[in-house]
Amino acid sequence: MNLTSAHARRGRRLAGFPRAALLAVALAAVTSMTLSSCGAATGGSTTGGGGATGGSSSSGTGSDSGSGASPTQHATVTLITDDSFAVDPAVLDRFEKDSGITVKILTEGDVGEMVSKLIVTKGNPLGDVVYGIDNTFAGKALAAGVLEPYTSPLAPKGADTYTIDPEHRLTATDYGDVCVNVDHRYFTAHHLAEPTTFEDLAKPEYKNLFVAEDPSTSSPGLAFLLGTIAHFGPDGWQAYWKSLKANGVKIDSGWTDAYTVDFSGSTGKGDRPLVVSYASSPPSEVKAGDTTAPTGALLSTCFRQIEYAGVLAGTKNPGAAGTVIDFLLSADFQAQIPAQMYMYPVDKSVPLPSDWAKFAPIAPHPETLSTADIDANRSQWISAWTDLMQG
Amino acid sequence: MTGAALVARRAYRVGAAGRCVGLIAVAAVPALTLGVFFCYPVASIIGLGLHPAAGWDLGAFGSVLGRARFLRIIVFTVAQAAASAVLSLALGIPGAFLLYRRDFRGRAVVRALATVPFVLPTVVVGLAFNTLFAPHGWLGSWGWGGSVAAILAAHVFFNYTVVVRTVGAAWAHLDDRPVLAARGLGAGPVRAFLTVTLPALTPAIASTALMVFLFCATSFGIILVMGGGHWNTIETEIYRQTAQVGDLATAAVLSILQIVLVAAVLVVAAWLRRRTETALRLRGAIDTVRRIRRADLPAVVVTAAAMVLLILPIAILVTRSLTTPTGWSFSNYRNLAGVGEGNALLISGVAALVNSLRSALIAGGIATAVGVMLSMVLTRRSRSRVARRATAALDAVMMLPLGVSAVTVGFGFLIALDKPPLDFRSSALLVPIAQAMVATPLVVRMVLPVLRAADDRLRQAAALLGAGPVRVWASVDVPIAARALIGAFAFALATGFGEFGATSFVARPETVTLPVVIGRLISRPGPVNTGMALAAGVILAAACGVVVLLVDLTANRRGNGSANGSGIGGF
Repeated sequence: MNLTSAHARRGRRLAGFPRAALLAVALAAVTSMTLSSCGAATGGSTTGGGGATGGSSSSGTGSDSGSGASPTQHATVTLITDDSFAVDPAVLDRFEKDSGITVKILTEGDVGEMVSKLIVTKGNPLGDVVYGIDNTFAGKALAAGVLEPYTSPLAPKGADTYTIDPEHRLTATDYGDVCVNVDHRYFTAHHLAEPTTFEDLAKPEYKNLFVAEDPSTSSPGLAFLLGTIAHFGPDGWQAYWKSLKANGVKIDSGWTDAYTVDFSGSTGKGDRPLVVSYASSPPSEVKAGDTTAPTGALLSTCFRQIEYAGVLAGTKNPGAAGTVIDFLLSADFQAQIPAQMYMYPVDKSVPLPSDWAKFAPIAPHPETLSTADIDANRSQWISAWTDLMQG
Repeated sequence: MTGAALVARRAYRVGAAGRCVGLIAVAAVPALTLGVFFCYPVASIIGLGLHPAAGWDLGAFGSVLGRARFLRIIVFTVAQAAASAVLSLALGIPGAFLLYRRDFRGRAVVRALATVPFVLPTVVVGLAFNTLFAPHGWLGSWGWGGSVAAILAAHVFFNYTVVVRTVGAAWAHLDDRPVLAARGLGAGPVRAFLTVTLPALTPAIASTALMVFLFCATSFGIILVMGGGHWNTIETEIYRQTAQVGDLATAAVLSILQIVLVAAVLVVAAWLRRRTETALRLRGAIDTVRRIRRADLPAVVVTAAAMVLLILPIAILVTRSLTTPTGWSFSNYRNLAGVGEGNALLISGVAALVNSLRSALIAGGIATAVGVMLSMVLTRRSRSRVARRATAALDAVMMLPLGVSAVTVGFGFLIALDKPPLDFRSSALLVPIAQAMVATPLVVRMVLPVLRAADDRLRQAAALLGAGPVRVWASVDVPIAARALIGAFAFALATGFGEFGATSFVARPETVTLPVVIGRLISRPGPVNTGMALAAGVILAAACGVVVLLVDLTANRRGNGSANGSGIGGF
């Protein structure tokens, strides 16, 4: 037994060298294959990025199935949206039946993430139409050249009011206000007057009562920061945030944590009665049958958010893509925006849900900033804010 | 030389050549998978950052390394990952002992329970911990809200099972006779543990520590949700720079720093492993399990404490999922059959659960297959230095997916896998593939220590007796690693089940999984959506618990059979 295994071991040693060498060669081959493919990747993607200004060289993704078999009717349009997108399936079905267009929906993270993805995939876009780029990121998308001009015949019904691009590469679809929400019950129980303005939030009686979101990771957080910049001016907002910090503002990374854990007026039953959320949040907190809302929005702390849709540069099917933009502006789609996405439709003739009139009034004079101003300063404002609040 | 020996040698040589070809084929599959679905996308996105249309732009290196904020982030990343690994090991090693070396009523249930945290989406766990430590929360008086302590607690919550399962799998196969001999020679239980058991377990402990470190170094959701912006890791910063700021150059530099950091850790780990990995005497797992007894009390106390840490956040989830504006009710669960308030979801929660199961099964299968192939290659102890180096390199490289940002990989997928023949961007298979990339290293780290510890003479003897390479593998390696293999599959399944980061990047509406659904529901206003998200979290936890319990029970039955049948224990 021992003898045999000793021989076997010697045999193994004899056979060992070529085997080991072969293994080494194989591994080296696989590794170099991998490495060279990595190198090719870098080169390939770079040329793709460089030569794609017109976007004509692209091979569309979602529209492939449509353009392949029958060129006329059965087009497929891929709609890129952000996380907050939702649509009534009945409305979408009706559109698909009437137009012969199949809409494939891809959600690509929050607005910032979605726009970043559109920019890195420029030239070989993920889809044909984008929906949900808001005014805080619109400038970035326009500057990157990821959109194509399209003028919808339905734009005069309301979208025109919010035009930001003379070439019509972005069409407004809906808007809303990011405002401080207040938990009425807390202030009643504590016999404390509710704050009403930005300035109030920094007063000592509201110490440790306010929770906001980090503008570098949260879309309402960014909107609120922009609201304070619009209100206090590019030279005054830092002093204001310093006073908020001194007054114990809590910063959460996202809306979910701020609203559902720290805010006292929602499911988390937290200990802060003031939170940055939307003017349209209060209706969701109303119990069925109640006539008053337990929470409300402070309408003089609002920043106006406007959402846009656009045709992606490089689409293989600009015609069908335009039809989808028209659909987003149609009365049928516009009417379901409040219930689906908590935003207000741009089409003024579309009726709002009854509880919205009562519990979700829109701010009469919201804070605004131009998209050009936002785009030029966004990064700088965010890093200044980060250094101020964290450093 | 006898005739028999000559025949044996010739047989061995023929076998060796065949085995060599087989080995190369076996090595090529995981290497190619890794190359296509990891290396290529990552290199593409880093390339885009450092080499935009205008040409190489390396200025970002200076601006990143020169900013105090980034240096702070790097230090915090390493420090919190190391602390999390140490804490997880301290709590997990007694647990591994109790759950894999001792028998008691309800052991399978405790094991399944210990696995549950691993599959919970970080968003939900972050929310549960924040609720726990919020000023009015159950542990609000501790003042841990938003603190590093809370982050570490959450990391231990996630990684406890990694330690228990990986160390447990090795411990279950450890021959206890050397310990008995040491005791017989007069060593106390502590001395016997420190001088006999611990050295034997060191490879498993080292590779577990490595895994937990990598997991925590790339922690994303937990840091984002619990760090409140004050605490940042390289991972959250890559996300911020890539997705929000859109500064790809800075993101690329951070990605490179992350890869360098991970590579350094892997090199150290490989060095440690080489020094500690030895052929151990292994036994069938079944022989080593004893009834629980009084001397096990310290392990019981530590494990009970760990269970409290695991149960508290889950209890919070359950409580909140049953709370509705109108009182206690199951309505959040009933609502999951639909698509949420205001059609928050594009598919129902039930459909997402089915998607999760399907995709986890595929991911578990891919990860186990690829992981086993890798383990086969990595088990070969070659005498040539070059081959040993190559094996060590492969060993290290295949761990990289654990340590590299999901954001980097996700964005890389978008720009690298977008054209034929690699047009995977809109493929339904992308979700399980992305999950498998994360799960494969886990499989390897669970199977490899056991295979490496197996005495190579068993394989030589089998070969000598005329078994071909496949037969050798099937009759020596498989039975030895059977338990670790099934455990690894369960683990890969669980990883796929709970994976959120990579999945949320590549999920398509029709392939959306439950964790992605939860992330979506929880980011929308209204008690109905929040309630549904929490209910979905509870269902995810329960489903995972059941799946793992079933696999474990099967493993036990199998383990019994193979141990008795093939008599590994007697070797």
